[in-house]
Amino acid sequence: MNELIAIFLGMVLINNFVLVRFLGLCPFFGVSKKIGSAVTMGFAVTFVMTIASLATWLIRNYILLPFDIEFMEIVIYILVIATLVQIIELFIKKTNAALYFAFGIYLPLITTNCAVLGITLINATQDYSLAGSAIAALGGGLGFTLVLFMMSGIRERLERANTPKAMKGLPVAFVTATLLGLAFSGFGGMI
Amino acid sequence: MAKFGKEFAKGLIISNPVFVLALGLCPTLAISTSIDSALGMTLAVLIVLFGSNVIISAIRKFVPSITRIPVFIVIIASLVTVVRLIFHAYMPQMHEALGIFLPLIVVNCIILGRAEAFASKNPLVHSIADALGITVGFMLALLMISFIRQILGTGNLSVFGVDFGTLPVLGKHPIVMFILPPGAFLIIGLLMGLFRRTGVMKSE
Repeated sequence: MNELIAIFLGMVLINNFVLVRFLGLCPFFGVSKKIGSAVTMGFAVTFVMTIASLATWLIRNYILLPFDIEFMEIVIYILVIATLVQIIELFIKKTNAALYFAFGIYLPLITTNCAVLGITLINATQDYSLAGSAIAALGGGLGFTLVLFMMSGIRERLERANTPKAMKGLPVAFVTATLLGLAFSGFGGMI
Repeated sequence: MAKFGKEFAKGLIISNPVFVLALGLCPTLAISTSIDSALGMTLAVLIVLFGSNVIISAIRKFVPSITRIPVFIVIIASLVTVVRLIFHAYMPQMHEALGIFLPLIVVNCIILGRAEAFASKNPLVHSIADALGITVGFMLALLMISFIRQILGTGNLSVFGVDFGTLPVLGKHPIVMFILPPGAFLIIGLLMGLFRRTGVMKSE
């Protein structure tokens, strides 16, 4: 149990997906202009990450390792993620129309989000258990959502701030990320 | 030939993958801690992008447009697997340094972006020029960022074990922040601002 808590906290705060591991930067800068869409994107990514981690853990431990074809992991993981995203999209479309309208446009983007492929590869290199993988994915996703939420709040204010013309938009967002990153490095000694 | 030159040159500045298109940010920020790993990443991207642009451009007339994205992804993933195995066998240190970002080239938007936007619509020769231009643009951006980060963060300039000397003050008291993650965000943000201020690239 303690180990799971350590994995979770490590993923959310210490090795934050965006600010420390540099995973999922495209949505971090692309979808962080409005709080609403940032949070929706964050939860959609968390959901896909968790499901993908469970699926790839089973595939790795029951197919790849026994047959000694671990070198195929990249091709197989990316196909699994792409298929999962399609299935989730179809499922949500049929069962929950409101959720589909909220998540719909983000789902196809998630296939090529490096946070999702990243967590499956991290789970593989760390050799987490099934529960460990799921917790790591959940923590990573929530850490991603947290930072995306903070960033979008700041960017909504930044839009109205008097920024030099050359720094408007992306450059000032990067400088903001620097300060967020410095703040998060304070969590470094927690565990 | 003129068209070849044009397709090559546009990747350098006008549509520089990092500073203008803001694609492939994850590897750019993560592995720009040293010039060595920046060059290693460039080599990996060169092989994959060259291979994928050539293959996709060659088969563009046979792939039905509905299934094109999965086809592209499988081609790219296979190329990345090949590169990963080559790096593991011949450059184990580089394989270690690039870590998870070597397999993550699969989802690097630069590769799929070029496949979708260029190679699937243009003939072979132009696609090769495009791949080379984009890779050189990517390399320039990576070198610029990793050079500044390595100098400020370690005070030392060495490339693949060849030492070009240590700076007097920085060598003793390096600004460690620059090789830590926040330093990457700061450098890329300031460089982008600088390029827009000087008019090399357009502001928003």
